[in-house]
Amino acid sequence: MRQFIVFARKEFYHIFRDRRTLLILFGMPIVQIILFGFAITNEIKNADIAVLDQSKDYYSSRLVQKLTAGGYFRIDRNLRDQSSITAAFREGRIKMAVVIAPEFSQSFHHHNKGRVQLLADAGDPNTATTLINYATAIIGNFQQELNGELELPLTIDTTVTMEYNPALKSVFLFVPGVMTLILLLVSAMMTSITIAREKELGTMEILLVSPLPPALIIVGKVVPYIVLSFINALIILTMGVFIFGMPIKGSLVLLLAECVLFVLTSLSLGILISSVTDKQQTAMMASMMGLLMPTALLSGFIFPIESMPLPLQWLSNIMPAKWFIIILKDIMLKGSGLQYVWPQTLVLVGMTLFFVIMSIRNFKIRLS
Amino acid sequence: MDPIITNGLTKRFGSFIATNAITFEVKKGEIFGFLGANGAGKTTAMRMLCGLLRPSSGTAKVAGYDVYTQSEKIKQNIGYMSQKFSLYEDLKVKENIRFYGGIYGLSDKAIKEKTTQLLKKLQMEAEADQLVSALPLGWKQKLSFSIAILHDPSIVFLDEPTGGVDPLTRRQFWDLIYEAASRGVTVFVTTHYMDEAEYCDRVSIMVDGRIRALDTPRRLREQFSAASMDDVFLQLAREKAKS
Amino acid sequence: MRTIRFILQKEFLQIFRNKAMVRIIFIIPIVQLLVLSYAANYEVKNMAIDVVDYDLSPWSQRLVHKLTSSGYFRLQRHTFNIKEAYEDLQRDKADVVLVVPRHFERDLVKEDKAPLQLLVNAINGTKAGLANAYAGSIIRDFNKNIRTEWLAMDERNAPPVIEVTYSNWFNTRLDYKVYMVPGILVVLITMIGSFLSGMNIVKEKEIGTIEQLNVTPIRKYHFILGKLIPFWIIALFELAFGLLVGKLVFSLPMAGSIWLIFLFAAVYLWVMLGMGLLISTFTETQQQAMFIAWFFVLIFMLMSGLFTPVESMPGWAQVLTWFNPIAWFVKVIRMVLLKGSGLANIQTYLLIMLAYALVMNGIAIWNYRKTT
Repeated sequence: MRQFIVFARKEFYHIFRDRRTLLILFGMPIVQIILFGFAITNEIKNADIAVLDQSKDYYSSRLVQKLTAGGYFRIDRNLRDQSSITAAFREGRIKMAVVIAPEFSQSFHHHNKGRVQLLADAGDPNTATTLINYATAIIGNFQQELNGELELPLTIDTTVTMEYNPALKSVFLFVPGVMTLILLLVSAMMTSITIAREKELGTMEILLVSPLPPALIIVGKVVPYIVLSFINALIILTMGVFIFGMPIKGSLVLLLAECVLFVLTSLSLGILISSVTDKQQTAMMASMMGLLMPTALLSGFIFPIESMPLPLQWLSNIMPAKWFIIILKDIMLKGSGLQYVWPQTLVLVGMTLFFVIMSIRNFKIRLS
Repeated sequence: MDPIITNGLTKRFGSFIATNAITFEVKKGEIFGFLGANGAGKTTAMRMLCGLLRPSSGTAKVAGYDVYTQSEKIKQNIGYMSQKFSLYEDLKVKENIRFYGGIYGLSDKAIKEKTTQLLKKLQMEAEADQLVSALPLGWKQKLSFSIAILHDPSIVFLDEPTGGVDPLTRRQFWDLIYEAASRGVTVFVTTHYMDEAEYCDRVSIMVDGRIRALDTPRRLREQFSAASMDDVFLQLAREKAKS
Repeated sequence: MRTIRFILQKEFLQIFRNKAMVRIIFIIPIVQLLVLSYAANYEVKNMAIDVVDYDLSPWSQRLVHKLTSSGYFRLQRHTFNIKEAYEDLQRDKADVVLVVPRHFERDLVKEDKAPLQLLVNAINGTKAGLANAYAGSIIRDFNKNIRTEWLAMDERNAPPVIEVTYSNWFNTRLDYKVYMVPGILVVLITMIGSFLSGMNIVKEKEIGTIEQLNVTPIRKYHFILGKLIPFWIIALFELAFGLLVGKLVFSLPMAGSIWLIFLFAAVYLWVMLGMGLLISTFTETQQQAMFIAWFFVLIFMLMSGLFTPVESMPGWAQVLTWFNPIAWFVKVIRMVLLKGSGLANIQTYLLIMLAYALVMNGIAIWNYRKTT
């Protein structure tokens, strides 16, 4: 045990003397959380639109005014004819074109029908759908306004409650994902590269001939990173709460325990990567290419898992991040206790054990 | 003209003087030993001569070219082998030869001929298609040296070339050096091994950035009335410790 | 020129000899392109709905039927226990809970007014917004139907309406994949470009072979070109391969000129390669180099408009995207492929890229000289 402590202490020295790496380990996640926390959102504001107003009468211009009043749309240009619409889209700025049919006021009042056409750039289908929904809603309001308040018989009055996130902030959707992604990548990359580096420089062999058992050596290498990663997790959590206003409705102790668990999962994944590669370059490309994109896309961080095709929904189950994101959201936003998150917790425990066992086996094969 | 001439060559890093006004010349075909404790300024001096580092003051000419203004010319005319292993481990023996031949501007035909020659001389024909990482260290060092003189430079700089190599291989390595010197190649070598110093035609010993002794090994032993180069070196080192 | 040839030869040998690397460079990106493009999808349908119908009248049943047959909602649970529905919300089993109070139908007829309650799981704000919008319009529609039926109202007596028609241009089937494939492709080739080039130079520093090269007549620009060109070629090759896969597997539309994309990519890659080079000039170990490269690529990637629209970002973040090469390329490749934008439409972006390439490589080379 004494030997082990001596060894682990040496690893701490290594890490803390290397100021530059330390700065990278703590500085980068902070910067990224701030940037992503604010910037990754799909709330639409100030979308650039083009307007082709063919009637140019009082009501049509009021409609256009109404569209831009809510802060959702911004008029980039006024078009003169139908043929210029395509060219406008090709320039890449506008997301939607609003075409108001000729004699808008007249037909609205005399034929009970005014015509508006919305042309969306469905290159991005999501934005297109959302913009059309927004615009339709605004136009609907405008129509009601024109008709005045009518007391209609048989009115269904729907009250809508937005549970857990009344303001519909997308922060609540993305911040847990950002936290998970960064924690996972930093922890896994750190360990995989450190161990691969020792292997590459040949210092691993020196350690392996020492009287310490190989498993302890790996543990000794990892302990400092557990501490570092946990500190990182705390920083990330604190920023989530104080900068982005994430609540912690559930138990803080449970939350921290889950963080420790996830740190362990990430680190053991890093060890597994390093156990199958010899070179730093390979280790890092594996953690980069193998982890970054799949985690970002398959964990439910940005894209809802239930929208994916079934095979991918199954595949998403092997992403540790997926489970941690669920745990974070449940504990922080819903205040769920262990009785709700135990299945996810169990999955993470299982994954950690699996990674550890696989790495031990791999290392043994190498050594024999 | 002598292949290496220096006069008051000095390099300062801030207030620290790494090499302090060293003056010497090396003759054509000579094996010139460059000795000194770690940190005595050997590597700095060598890097200046190779055109890797700009001197602070003093003059130096290598192969007739000025180190200040003609470092590219110098690089064409010298070979260099560093203490860190300089071949690519993930390339085959043949590919390493081809690469270094190519960047020194040898023609494809010349590269082919030289490769055959070199492999034959080192008796490594069978290993031509092996990755360098698979070779024993001694072989790597010999290969490294042969590649450093592949383009027939007039001077070759060796920076502690035999570190970590067994005595037998070291002996064979020196045979290669002698053979090159006999063809008129000037050899400038730094080393830690005092027995190797005995193999040199002339030896200089650096202490604290200055050249404290420079002569043939035999005359140095006489001058310091020492039994071996080891003694000479230790005497100079003690002198430093006293001052 | 001859010297560069030898360096290129050496680099290619080294890259292709490392089997793990070959797999990472050639197989992983294609697999990811194939798999991940299916994953990137915001499309919201089949939202799970729990119905708590205390009324069980013909009208309330008709409303529930209307909701669940709309294609937007699927019935998760029919219950009379509101707690159970809450539990489903909590466990993410239900996205929406509809509560129909007792005497819904009776109140509607007698009082001309009846309440309904809709609880939406709003953690995913966008989804909640859509759920609300869809449910709202279905309920309004239902309301209109029963009103006309009950009162036998005539359409022509109804108040005037603004008829809104819409159409989705450039991607009429609203296929999200054709939007994501080009973007994901950009990220994949970027990783090759920026990471490997920089790491490769630092690797020579770390193992010491760079010392040897410094005393050879190799010029700095030989060395740099020799290091960057292989990855430039590999990345362009991957782009071609990725586009082919996109065309064959995802029927990616190619409305504009493919050559325009390659022209832009050729310039764009020099920006990223220059960045790799710049990183290599102020790092000593591959570990540092890759962490820094990772830092920037992650920022570039997540703030590029690839996953979430640039327009949604706060103003300062939108300003930051001007300095984000990935953002420009993602925008351009989508413009050209989906909308058929031509050289005239993208020339500004091309010039910006060119300027970045010059600046980035200029600084990198200047810094490289200074440090070695």
